[in-house]
Amino acid sequence: MNINRRSFLKGTAAGLAAIGLPVSKSHASFWESFFQKHYREMTDNEKDEVVKRLEVEYSAKYGKNFDVATTKPIDGALFGYGLDLSRCIGCRRCVYACTAENNQSRDPQIHYISVLRFKQGEKWVNDLEGSDKYYDPETVPEEGHFYMPVQCQQCENPPCVKVCPTQATWKDPDGIIVVDYNWCIGCRYCMAACPYGARKFNWGEPYLPENEINSQTHYLGNRPRLKGCVEKCTFCVQRTRLGKYPACVEICPVGARKFGDLNDPASEIRYCIEKKRVFRLKEDLNTLPKFYYFFAT
Amino acid sequence: MIKTDNKKGSILEVLFLLFFTFFCSCSAFAESDDMPQFFVPSPPFSEDIYPCSMCHEGMETNTTPRQLEWPHDWIKLKHSERQRWCLDCHDAENRDQLRLANGDHVSFKESYKLCGQCHGTIFRDWKVGVHGKRTGEWNGKKQYRLCVHCHYPHNPKYKDLKPLPPPAKPDEITGVKTELIMIKDNVPMWAEWAEKNKIEGFKTKDTESGGQKLSVPVISEKKEKREKGNEH
Repeated sequence: MNINRRSFLKGTAAGLAAIGLPVSKSHASFWESFFQKHYREMTDNEKDEVVKRLEVEYSAKYGKNFDVATTKPIDGALFGYGLDLSRCIGCRRCVYACTAENNQSRDPQIHYISVLRFKQGEKWVNDLEGSDKYYDPETVPEEGHFYMPVQCQQCENPPCVKVCPTQATWKDPDGIIVVDYNWCIGCRYCMAACPYGARKFNWGEPYLPENEINSQTHYLGNRPRLKGCVEKCTFCVQRTRLGKYPACVEICPVGARKFGDLNDPASEIRYCIEKKRVFRLKEDLNTLPKFYYFFAT
Repeated sequence: MIKTDNKKGSILEVLFLLFFTFFCSCSAFAESDDMPQFFVPSPPFSEDIYPCSMCHEGMETNTTPRQLEWPHDWIKLKHSERQRWCLDCHDAENRDQLRLANGDHVSFKESYKLCGQCHGTIFRDWKVGVHGKRTGEWNGKKQYRLCVHCHYPHNPKYKDLKPLPPPAKPDEITGVKTELIMIKDNVPMWAEWAEKNKIEGFKTKDTESGGQKLSVPVISEKKEKREKGNEH
């Protein structure tokens, strides 16, 4: 019998898989997702196949027609975000608009945005521990306090990408750090590496009510997540790659949130950077965030 | 010399006038250049209040500042009220329009021009989309709001809002099966795990601490073994 190395390895792999994996689950879709490639290694045809499979899966699970897009980055665009600290009143509208748009698990609860409250005059820029994110007064803003929402800063030099052992997270050409949820092994190295606490882990099976599901999704964005995978803000990749503003920008009642193309000199984000007093959070760590906090007045 | 000077002066005057009329006729154009394409929704009038001429048509205009009576008695002006009164912004002759400081009329749809007279820096920021809320497309059509959509013009401070609920505290989080209990029946979980996997050197012994029974890890055995091994 002549067995070459390739067929031997194939046979061993198949054998091991047969022993180690639950047979009850072994319908076609399970095996397809098991042998699914890394998103960046897929050809367009392969992406289409995967997307079709996911759409069927999600539609069956949530009883709603799903649209899973694989929209590519817009050529020449580099997304940047501005947040006007002199305007933010800490009303948390952004937190919940984000949750509704991005299909985060409601129970256990996952929020991409943490709104931190600081006492005026306190040392704060690099001392986030002194802040309070559980404040709950009758009305905001409160006398003597100011608010700073923190979410993924979409670093140009992202420490989370550097530490990922499976390359399940990377920076796309438009500057958005994305995660292939199927490729994430849940080691949470990225969460340890992120200095902004922006990455969230699905400790349990994500749960959200069927009537609250947003079925317009992107593969790298708000498609339903798996237990044991890490997720984060993607500047609403499913919206921004179609030219729309992120959900948090659209909801902000005071207009504190600004979004645009850093490569476009006429964009509002460029105006903020050039004309306003901006800073980036924990700049000393050389993460080069594309999230600019600024004071408009 | 004096004559030529005068001549020069008159020529300059004529030129200036010509330029001025040209500028005036072009001002609408120039302004539309200054203002990028934006789309403002109609002003947020209270119900049944506009057009103002419904009531004011034919009424004699009383220009003396006074305490307002019904139906305007609810307007409590808190907007530089000591320097300003109704007719500084509302036009006395055409009640359906607003009045700029230079006497020009503007419609309520363009009230930002009126606000922009004093709040110039804010107006500048608003035009480029940095002050105020803007929705739509980051690379396309944008929906603006008028100043008065957020700031009630007679009392413009932004009104307080009720915040949405705070995030769940770690001990309030539900929906996760708590499989990761570190100590079960006073035995650290890893001890059980070590026993199951027959890993030596991780044994526990029962002790009492403050009246409570506790299992504490024993690590001396391994150490002893190692020392013995060294002796041999």
